[in-house]
Amino acid sequence: MIALWGRAEQVQLSAPLSRSVWRLTDYDSATAERSARALLVYDEPEEALPEFELYITRQGRTLSEGRNFIQLPERFDYLSADDVLRLSPNGERVNVIWRHDSVQNSVLLTERCDHYCLMCSQPPKDANDDALLDDAFDLVRLLPPHTSEIGFTGGEPTLYGGRLIELLRLCRNLIPDAAVHVLSNGRRFSDLNFAVSWANIANPNLMVGIPLYGAEPALHDYVVQSEGAFNTTVAGILNLAQLEQRIEIRVVVHKQTAPHLVEIADFISRNLPFVEQVALMGLETIGFARANLADVWIDPVDYQMELVEAVTLLDRKGLNTMIYNHPLCLIDRKAWPYAVRSISDWKNEYHPECLRCSVANDCGGFFYSAKYRHSDHIKAIDPVDQRRNDLPLLALSN
Amino acid sequence: MSKFRHAEAFVPASDAWELLPFRFERLDLDRVLVTNMVGEHLFLTGDEFAQFMGHGLPADSPLVRRLRAKQVIRRADEQLPLDLLALKTRTRYSRLPYFTGLHIFVISLRCEHSCPYCQVSRQSQDKRRFDMSAETAERALDAAFRSPSPYLKIEFQGGEPLLNFDLIKEVVTEAERRNESEGRDLSFVIATNLALLDDEVLEFCREHDVYISTSLDGPADLHNKNRPRPGNDSWERAVAGIRRVRETLGIDRVSALMTTTEGSLGRAKEIIDCYLEQGLREIFLRSLSPYGFAIKTKSYGAYGADRWLAFYEEGLDYILELNRRGVAFTEIYAAIILKKMLTNDDPGYVDLTSPSGIGIGALVYNYDGDVYASDEGRMLAEMQDTTFRLGNLHEHTWEELILSSALLEPLEQSFTLSAPMCSDCAFEPFCGADPVYHQATAGDYLGRKPLSAFCQRNMHIFKVLLNRYESDPFAREIFLGWSGR
Repeated sequence: MIALWGRAEQVQLSAPLSRSVWRLTDYDSATAERSARALLVYDEPEEALPEFELYITRQGRTLSEGRNFIQLPERFDYLSADDVLRLSPNGERVNVIWRHDSVQNSVLLTERCDHYCLMCSQPPKDANDDALLDDAFDLVRLLPPHTSEIGFTGGEPTLYGGRLIELLRLCRNLIPDAAVHVLSNGRRFSDLNFAVSWANIANPNLMVGIPLYGAEPALHDYVVQSEGAFNTTVAGILNLAQLEQRIEIRVVVHKQTAPHLVEIADFISRNLPFVEQVALMGLETIGFARANLADVWIDPVDYQMELVEAVTLLDRKGLNTMIYNHPLCLIDRKAWPYAVRSISDWKNEYHPECLRCSVANDCGGFFYSAKYRHSDHIKAIDPVDQRRNDLPLLALSN
Repeated sequence: MSKFRHAEAFVPASDAWELLPFRFERLDLDRVLVTNMVGEHLFLTGDEFAQFMGHGLPADSPLVRRLRAKQVIRRADEQLPLDLLALKTRTRYSRLPYFTGLHIFVISLRCEHSCPYCQVSRQSQDKRRFDMSAETAERALDAAFRSPSPYLKIEFQGGEPLLNFDLIKEVVTEAERRNESEGRDLSFVIATNLALLDDEVLEFCREHDVYISTSLDGPADLHNKNRPRPGNDSWERAVAGIRRVRETLGIDRVSALMTTTEGSLGRAKEIIDCYLEQGLREIFLRSLSPYGFAIKTKSYGAYGADRWLAFYEEGLDYILELNRRGVAFTEIYAAIILKKMLTNDDPGYVDLTSPSGIGIGALVYNYDGDVYASDEGRMLAEMQDTTFRLGNLHEHTWEELILSSALLEPLEQSFTLSAPMCSDCAFEPFCGADPVYHQATAGDYLGRKPLSAFCQRNMHIFKVLLNRYESDPFAREIFLGWSGR
């Protein structure tokens, strides 16, 4: 697992930080553009360092009095120029919110949500966290114009209404080439005015990913624990479709949804054939999923018949279909062509079995949370003799 | 975790259901087919159906979930099921505003073949009066370009259209010239037996991207018996022609149609194998229609619907078997039906759509300038029944042709959502109105459905396809693929 959160080893600040979002730059890439930039110090002599408002140092390195610096622990050594940090005013709490060499940067906009999903990996909180949105604006302003990809997640980002639209408009204008992916429960789009304001962002690279957990209200509403959710979410999807917006449907496969996968696929293909892609996603056993394990856990090997039938149906109906978060050894070979390496790199790990697996390079592996619960059927495929040592391993207790 | 509510908390009370429009058909002792307004289907057991009809479904019945998922029932306050049905209905009829895309030019009624089953009553004498004139062709082009359709397909029919090839060339070049300012999606098809195919024709087709549709009834002995010509070499010429077209124009530039005669019965496999040998990957298993010489020579009456259906099933099973062995091969009629069955799209196949495809799906400009509402309509006219003659290009305006009661009356009367026994048929969404067939066989646009072979044939095929789809996962996968063609 790659560390995204942590505490500083040592902090030296003359005053509380003036802002929370900082883009890293280093000696080689430093230019006159210094606002909101922090200089990442490797082993340059102090006298060679150009003047910056803030320095980030590593491995016991301190700077002389008069320089503001934050020294990070070793697990942040991977940081390099163009990564972006979110820092608390006293500099002690550090959150990496952008890794420039990752294509899976996902920005959390809020932890508030109007759903309460049985298997939520990011359990909602009620507290006002508008600061996250403010920071997202700052982040987008700091990103290089050629940025290729950015994701926004929650909580439920559309709870911000017009301010989310502003943020997305900023993306269209400042990082026009970036594929912008927003995860939303889709309900807000049932308000045609909101859907129109979304469409008016007019960014052809904008896509919304909306989850669907049933082919009818009872199952979906139960999974998201909100009466009326299915009808409003699907109405929202129809509004977006009418406005020719790009939509991804996401179905998390768990104990409640797995038996109905084919029915859900059939519903999508018949009622929502205009969506750009459908993702069938493996369960992340963290957050509420961990708390509700008995109600949501199912071993993937136990729903392979349904999975194969569902992807076949979607694919033959011409829908772009993908399987996320499923290691290859747990899915039927007929489903392999649809499997995508989808787990965000920072939380992507592998099982010891994977070390001898001949298809590990094509496999998406596991969430780090698989250490809490994983299939009993993980097995190297056509095992090779030479064990590899380049995969991050799950922290299994035994 | 007490914060979470149980599944039951999200299931409405059982008395809350309201029925949405649906239709049903008892298939066998314990199986009832239910189709919703747009043709999505599900199977219920007899008991389930009785419970459902008696408003006695327990709230937690899994059937409630299935019925809601297909918009057969809704809670009275729900709007979404209506919106979804409306959307799918709109999609189903979305081709209608485009109006006629297919324009058939009967370029000559002459033919050098003398098929006893000929449904268009070809003329064998070398009489110039059975060729379309350049002036008539001009008028036909005027008409074609009056259609609002963004897609215009001009199909040259006969007789054997290559007997009047000079006119084909004129029509193609003139249509292309007009299209420079019209900007339609314009395409051309020649329906030919290929016996007269030569380098000039091929070169012209290559230059103007003309598609070839031909006839291939199966193995040589069967084909040559069905399709006599001087020299008795129809099959040899057709097969050689298919190969030349594939090599010169491309493998996707030629397709073949077969017609089932009594001699074909029992030979479905051989016929399909013959298509495979030519490199063809699809076949349209077609029964004879009750028109022209097929009636006169009694070819049409030689086999009933039952025997034809046995032939069709034999062919379909063999095609599924081929697919199982990894050979992608499609039966076109099944593919048309499956598209209607499994998607919201109606391919608008003239003989299987409602409102009927006459006029809307195709217009036929006969060699003499008469305009017919369908190819079958002009076949009927050659038998002195001019019911579907909309008028003549030299006498009537486009508006007069399109608004003639010869078109509007049969369209309205045969519309399946109001036709007796169609409107409450569970298969209606898969089926269509064929007023020409029923005019030919029963003397009116509707016919009597219990006696209609159209009805018998199609209902049987619907059941065969549904049964295979439900019971055989492999057939299901293949059918899904065909439905998405």
